[in-house]
Amino acid sequence: MEKLTKRSVQIDRSPMTIGERVYLPSILKGLGITLGHIFKKTATVSYPEQKRPFSPVFRGLHILNRDEEGKERCTACGLCALACPAEAITMEAAERKAGEEHLYREEKYAAKYEINMLRCIFCGYCEEACPKDAIYLSETVMPASFNRKNFIYKKEDLLIPDPKKQG
Amino acid sequence: MLLLNIDAAFVIEKVILISVILMGSLGVAMYATWAERKVSAVMQDRVGPNRAGPFGLLQPLADGLKLFFKEEIIPDRSTQFIFILGPCLAMLTATMTSAVMPWGPDFTMAGRTISLQVADINIGILFVFGVVSLGVYGVMLGGWASNNKFSLLSSIRAASQCISYELAMGISLIALLMMTGSLSMKDIVTQQHGFWKDGYFTWNFFKQPVGFIIFLTCSFAELSRAPFDLPECDSELNMGYHQEYSSMKLGFYLFAEYINMFISSAVISTLFFGGYNFPFMDQVQAAVPSGIFSLICVGALMAKIVGMILFFMFVRWTLPRFRYDQLMKLGWRSLIPLALINMLVTGGVILLTMKK
Repeated sequence: MEKLTKRSVQIDRSPMTIGERVYLPSILKGLGITLGHIFKKTATVSYPEQKRPFSPVFRGLHILNRDEEGKERCTACGLCALACPAEAITMEAAERKAGEEHLYREEKYAAKYEINMLRCIFCGYCEEACPKDAIYLSETVMPASFNRKNFIYKKEDLLIPDPKKQG
Repeated sequence: MLLLNIDAAFVIEKVILISVILMGSLGVAMYATWAERKVSAVMQDRVGPNRAGPFGLLQPLADGLKLFFKEEIIPDRSTQFIFILGPCLAMLTATMTSAVMPWGPDFTMAGRTISLQVADINIGILFVFGVVSLGVYGVMLGGWASNNKFSLLSSIRAASQCISYELAMGISLIALLMMTGSLSMKDIVTQQHGFWKDGYFTWNFFKQPVGFIIFLTCSFAELSRAPFDLPECDSELNMGYHQEYSSMKLGFYLFAEYINMFISSAVISTLFFGGYNFPFMDQVQAAVPSGIFSLICVGALMAKIVGMILFFMFVRWTLPRFRYDQLMKLGWRSLIPLALINMLVTGGVILLTMKK
């Protein structure tokens, strides 16, 4: 019969010889293999104590960026929401009032900004679409929750802390 | 009443010995579950239990606690009395065998000679065999009373497997007993004193290697451990005879299995590896007091037992399960004839070399 793949091996179905029927040589061989495995390193990463580094292209939980002076970069243009294939992003724009210049970088800002993490597929298109470098996908894994409500991340959850207030 | 004319110190001594042995075998069985998981993990390049305590050493306690808190389920259509009797019998027979094991040499304390053996009966081996054959009842009754076809099939398998392999086991042992000339465990151990005498090893393993291999194979089957774990073969029978069991009743079955492993390791060490004897024991005996010497001997026996248990685990995580017909073929067509030939050859050699 023609072989279907190069790796297929025809099984030898001839009856076992006496040497094989004694079993002991093959048992010893098997024990030798398992004995060798005792000295091999485990592949396990003991997770909470030990963490494996993320790959450089890892896309995790979103953050909303601020500029160096701590002003929000987002101008609520809606390009991220448009780019989002999962339709996870909603936002409401508002106009900057006088005296709010230290809060928002441009005249328009996002009054409400929500990402539904249950819809989000972490594709990173929002990050690519953003013209203001306002949204980034961080190296954080989304935490689990018992409640669906907790998966809708508000602007307060997404915004990074103010660098000026921190310093 | 002459029978009850026993002094109180003797009773106290035996009670202490029995409780120590019982606790010891339970403890060893407990940590055998941990060791099994650890050994399998090491052999499969995994880590194994490591969360409960250092190196997961508290894992058996956690498991036991969990089993106690589980819901106790007795199936509606089961034969309830026998259903409960099954695990009890399994546990009872598992712990009974240790009575005739000589755990160490006698020592004198406060003018009394204290024996580290619960009962030195002159048919020790026969007692072990008798109790081990009773162990089938636990499995058989449990499986039958569950009113579950898988349990029943599994228990029938267990019973037939045990009975088939007991034959070869017994015959292989006859060859050994022809050499020792005694059925008492104590005598068999004393004959294997030290390690080297008159230009040959004293341990029976070196006198009966074929008998040892047969005995070892049969004890694997008796313990229903891999590669002969057909009663529990989960791919065919779900969980085997303990399918309907829950809570500590299941725990008893699992536990009895590990106690059996401990005891059978002890029996193998006693019969073939000189029991509590170890090389250069005469020199050691001359150097230390008798109490400490006894402890060292117990330690030697324990080391052998632990080695055997590790070997049992080692084999379990290496070999695939036999098919049922292969199992029966191996038992009836290979091991029993081999044991018979071994017996005949041993008998012939003893006859030829016997000094008149």
